[in-house]
Amino acid sequence: MVEANAVYVLIARDFKKFVREKSRLVSTLARPLIWLFLVGGGMSRFVSPGDGVTYMQFIFPGILGMTILFSSIFSSISIIWDKEFGLMKEILVAPVSRLSIVIGKALSGTIISTIQCAIILFLFPFIGIKLGLTAIPYTIAIAFLLAFCISALGIVIATFIENMESFSAIMNFIVMPMFFLSGAMYPVQKLPDILKLVAKLNPLTYGIDALKHSIFRGSVVPDFPLLADLGVLAVSSIVFVIAAGYFFERKK
Amino acid sequence: MPIIKVEGLSKKFGELTAVNNVSFEVEEGAIFGFLGPNGAGKTTTISILCTLLSPTSGRASIAGHDCAKEPSEVRKAIGIVFQDTTLDKDLTAYENLMFHAYLYDVKKGEMRKRIDDALHFVGLFERRDDLVKKFSGGMKRRLEVARGIIHRPRVLFLDEPTLGLDPQSRANLWEFIIGLQREYNTTIFMTTHYMEEAEVCNKIAIIDNGDIIASGTPDELKKTVGGDVIYINTPDNQKAKLEIERLFNVAVTEKDNELFLPALNGDASIPEIINAVGGKVLSVRLQRPTLNDVFLRMTGRQIREQNGSAEDTVRESVRAYRRRHG
Repeated sequence: MVEANAVYVLIARDFKKFVREKSRLVSTLARPLIWLFLVGGGMSRFVSPGDGVTYMQFIFPGILGMTILFSSIFSSISIIWDKEFGLMKEILVAPVSRLSIVIGKALSGTIISTIQCAIILFLFPFIGIKLGLTAIPYTIAIAFLLAFCISALGIVIATFIENMESFSAIMNFIVMPMFFLSGAMYPVQKLPDILKLVAKLNPLTYGIDALKHSIFRGSVVPDFPLLADLGVLAVSSIVFVIAAGYFFERKK
Repeated sequence: MPIIKVEGLSKKFGELTAVNNVSFEVEEGAIFGFLGPNGAGKTTTISILCTLLSPTSGRASIAGHDCAKEPSEVRKAIGIVFQDTTLDKDLTAYENLMFHAYLYDVKKGEMRKRIDDALHFVGLFERRDDLVKKFSGGMKRRLEVARGIIHRPRVLFLDEPTLGLDPQSRANLWEFIIGLQREYNTTIFMTTHYMEEAEVCNKIAIIDNGDIIASGTPDELKKTVGGDVIYINTPDNQKAKLEIERLFNVAVTEKDNELFLPALNGDASIPEIINAVGGKVLSVRLQRPTLNDVFLRMTGRQIREQNGSAEDTVRESVRAYRRRHG
C-alpha cells in the first residue's frame, strides 16, 4: 500500500527546495567537475589505462557515479534534518504508510541526482567522448536506477541516525570508501583480493560498471556483464526499500 | 459518547515508569486539559494517543479505533500541534499547509479553500507567501494550529501550545482554540503546566509522576480545596469580628490587621458582610482558589517550583533508554 498523494508531495517538497537553493546545485556540481578536470586531467599525464582512452575519459563513468552517490546520499540524509527540526513528526503522524514515505523520499533523491548526473553527462564532448543519440537516454536510464538504489541505501542509513553530528562519520566511513572501492578511479580487477571483495559488495560498483557499458560500448572492457549489473542494482534497491520501510515502522 | 478512551495505560522506558496505569475519557466536543509539571508523563501519553509510541500495557482508543492496532484510522481522526515546531522553515506558510493537505489526501477541489480558510482563521492570510523562517514564535504556533485543522480532525491535540509565547500571542491562541471548538465542534486535548490556562477547559485531569491524581471540571477541582476566602479591613476590627461571627456563625480570624473568613459563595456574601458591619469598611477583597491551589493540596508542592533538574533527569533517562534499545 503506497499512497500516491504522499509520494507526490514528498517529491514536490524536495524539488521545490532544490530549485530554490541555487547554491546547493552549484556546490554539488563543483565536486565532480573538480575531480574530472583537476584530478582526471592531472592524472592523465601519468596514467594510461589502455584500451585507447585517456585517464580522464576512463574515469568519466566514475565521476557520473560520484555525482549520483553524493547527491543521493545527501538527499536521503536530509531525513536526519527533518528529525532534528521536527517535520518528520508531522510526516509520521499523517495517515500514510511508512513505505510511501520511503518511496517518496527515495524517488525525490533519485530525480534530483539524475538531473545533476545528466548535467555532468553533457560534458562528454569536452573530454573527447562520442555518444550516439541512443546512448544518452540509455545512460540516463542507468543513472536513474543507480540513483534510486543509492537513495534507498541512504534512507536505511538515515533511519539509524538521530543527529547531524554523525554526518561526517557517514561521509568518512561510508561514502568515501564506497566511492574509492567502486571502480570509479581504477578498475576493480586490479584491487587486492580483500578490497576486491568489498568492491563486489558495493552497489555503486555495479552502477559504474553499467555506465561503462553504455558510455564506452565495448572500447573499455567492463568487469561484469550488463545484465548482472542491472540485476544487482534492481535487487539491492528492493532490499534497501524494504529494510528502510521496516526500520521506519519501528516504534519505541 | 466519549471520543477518547484510555484504560489502564502504562508506558515504561526501562526502569523508568513514565505513565502509570492511567485511565480517563474525553467527551466529543469538549476541551480536555491534561495538566501536570514538566516530566509528569503528559507528552508520553499524547505520543501514545497519536500512535508515535506503543504502550507497555493498557489500551487507548480514539473515535472507536485502537491507537496501537489501527494507527492509520486513528491518524485520520486526529490533528496535532507538537510542543516543538514541526514546520518546514524553508517553505512558505502556504506551502507548509499544502504539504499537509496532500499528506492527508484532502480533495483537490477543496484544498485551496480549506487552506485559505485556515489561514484567515489564524490571521496569517496576508503572510501566506512568506518563508516560515521569517515568522515569530507566535506566528509559527498559529500556523501549526491552522495546519492541524486542514483535514478537519475530530480531535486536535495541543501539547503545551503556549510554551515560549508572549502574553499577547498566548491570549490570541486561546481565542483561536476556543473558536475551533465552537465552529467545528472539534474535541481539544491539550496539555499545559500553566494552571491558569486550564480555566477554559470543560474537564481537567492532573497528572504527576505518571499518575492521575485528580480529575473533574475546574470548579469541581477547586471546591476540593474549599471555597472562597473574604478579606476585610474595618476601622474597628475587634467589633466587626464579633458582629460577623454572631450574624453568620463562622470563624473569623485576624491576621496582619485584616480579618478573613471562609465563604462558599464569596461574591454574593460580600454585600451582606458589609451591611453587617454597618458599612464602615476600609477595604474588602475576595480570593478564589486556583488550580494551583488544587495541585498544591494534592502534591504538597507548587506546580512550577521544582527545579529543572528533576525534569532533565527524566528526559535524560528516556534518551539513554532509547539509545540502548533504539
